[in-house]
Amino acid sequence: MAEIAEEMVQQQSPDPTTGDVEIQNYTINFGPQHPAAHGVLRLVMELDGEIVERVDPHIGLLHRGTEKLIEYKTYAQALPYMDRLDYCSPLCMEHSFVLAVEKLLDLEVPLRAQYLRVFFAELTRISNHMLNLGSHVMDVGAMTPNLWMFEIREDCMNFFERASGARMHSNYFRVGGVHQDVPLKLLTDIGDWLDTRLPKLFGDAISLVAENRIFKQRNVDIAVVSRDDAIKWGFSGPMIRAAGIPWDIRKSQPYDVYDRMDFEIPVGTNGDCYDRFMVRVEEVYQSARIMKQCLAEMPEGPIMTMDRKVGPPKRGEMKHSMEALIHHFKLYTEGYHVPEGEVYVATEAPKGEFGIYMVSDGSNKPYRCKIRPTAFSHLQAMDFMSKGHMLADTTAILGAMDIVFGECDR
Amino acid sequence: MRAPAPKFADNDGVIETARSALGNRLFDAVERVGEVQLHVTRDGLVDTMVALRDTPGLEYQQLMEIAGVDYPERDERFEVVYCLLSLTRNHRLHVHVRTDEERPVPSVTGIWPVAGWLEREVYDMYGVLFDGNPDLRRILTDYGFRGHPQRKDFPLTGYVELRYSEEAKRVVYEPVELAQDFRTFDFMSPWEGAKYVLPGDEKAGGAEPEAKGAPSPVTAEEQKKADDAKVEPKATEPKTTERPEQTGAGKDDPGNQPKDKPKDPDVVPTKQGGQDE
Repeated sequence: MAEIAEEMVQQQSPDPTTGDVEIQNYTINFGPQHPAAHGVLRLVMELDGEIVERVDPHIGLLHRGTEKLIEYKTYAQALPYMDRLDYCSPLCMEHSFVLAVEKLLDLEVPLRAQYLRVFFAELTRISNHMLNLGSHVMDVGAMTPNLWMFEIREDCMNFFERASGARMHSNYFRVGGVHQDVPLKLLTDIGDWLDTRLPKLFGDAISLVAENRIFKQRNVDIAVVSRDDAIKWGFSGPMIRAAGIPWDIRKSQPYDVYDRMDFEIPVGTNGDCYDRFMVRVEEVYQSARIMKQCLAEMPEGPIMTMDRKVGPPKRGEMKHSMEALIHHFKLYTEGYHVPEGEVYVATEAPKGEFGIYMVSDGSNKPYRCKIRPTAFSHLQAMDFMSKGHMLADTTAILGAMDIVFGECDR
Repeated sequence: MRAPAPKFADNDGVIETARSALGNRLFDAVERVGEVQLHVTRDGLVDTMVALRDTPGLEYQQLMEIAGVDYPERDERFEVVYCLLSLTRNHRLHVHVRTDEERPVPSVTGIWPVAGWLEREVYDMYGVLFDGNPDLRRILTDYGFRGHPQRKDFPLTGYVELRYSEEAKRVVYEPVELAQDFRTFDFMSPWEGAKYVLPGDEKAGGAEPEAKGAPSPVTAEEQKKADDAKVEPKATEPKTTERPEQTGAGKDDPGNQPKDKPKDPDVVPTKQGGQDE
């Protein structure tokens, strides 16, 4: 009997073996309307069974021609377009723009304004990471942490509204400072929130996933990026830090008052999706730390530059002073002229290095305003990062990249 | 620098090191607004970039951005700007290359794979060709888009607009129709050195060209004569507002008058009788 069975096996052994079906690679569309695509991303994927062979991201479905529009707007009019780039971290987008124009103007900014900008940029970072961490864990199957982290995000939105009047598109930073001062009650409320609500809610939410077996199975050793690859592919922000390179523009090229702040840069050891997640988690705590220092050190004083050729006068002043009225009129029609020059100013946005390459021809409108989105280089690496992984891993990889298409497509 | 912009390492010595490393491939190097610009020749760009990456004292490991800029008045109208970052030296600089619509720029995808998409974007927006880029497709614009939108001669409104057509049951493309003319305001004042003459400014005697836009064919003198010749048409009836109907307003407000009220205050009468039916 055993001999017969052996014979049968030998007869059947030439390929294709029993039970196996010869399959060909096939191509599928992931998106552009897929909830895990985080917006309008179309991934053309070549699959060998469930293994990803090749990914070709098609972007540009949200291209609105922001750079072209900015060339036809004065500097003050161009600022609100920044909010609409990365609509999950609007104030950090504004930050690069105002710093670039200030660099061209060589404009001094009052200390309180610098503190306020750092303060709200860090609040934006917390708000951004809440969305990303939440959606990342939801992409790999967990629902609850996302809901809890949205609570925190909602708090952040309310704080933005109390400072600027708008929940998302704040348009709060200005060339030369910020739009208006914040009430003391807002600062004390945020201080209380940082001490009580944020650590409690965030700690609870992260405790559900950080040591969770299923979450680790979905993220550890997924899309490992080496240091060399991270550099070659132009990674920045949490993506380069997770690969083990301690690079943070806030630390190495400090702008505003970041050089006065005491904070640490979390660095990953493995360069996988789990490291990217944990780097962002730690960044939230570091942001809270920076915000507390801002609250403790923030001086009183003006929040807008005293240079009347750039900073518009207050409404009360306009009622009494003819000069103020004239300046107000000129600044809101013609705007200010920016001296000729070219600068590339990059800041540490929550998603990575967000840069503005601005060319001024001496007129009141930018000659060229090239926006360096964080998502461009990260999404481009999608191909080599997902090669050899399962189809289901692409959502984890995409979630850990933190991509928003308003900024990627501009 | 008074502005609170990001502070990276000093520019001291960067230009000298670059000059010795690049030789005659570097034809101009300037430091403006606290940033170093290297203008290099298009030929040998790859060698230039390798030198910038590997020479000790330069060490620009990361390519962060490639920006295109259009200067239509130049012979070689496009400038391609490579923004480099040195992680070890904590320094940034930009490298400028000039080209036009036809002559391709050598691709740097062999050095930095990130350049793939960045070059695709410059190609898409300006039509600059990159020699050696393995995948030079459009990236941000629509499938089947024509033209290069960031060129200065491309209109802001574009050429086509799209809508969903109920008849064709698909998205259709049509030429752009603007409900109102595109408005641009010229803020350059002729008193502050704008290099043109305002339309109709007969006192300007310079050789500057007249500004674009509708020129006024009527001089001030002709205007005056035309004004004198003009006779005001006389109204047949004098306009008065003695009675309320002459004001053009509606009827008088009837004020607080008794109105028909529903018999039962809880039942709102409807056409079909509502619930009572």
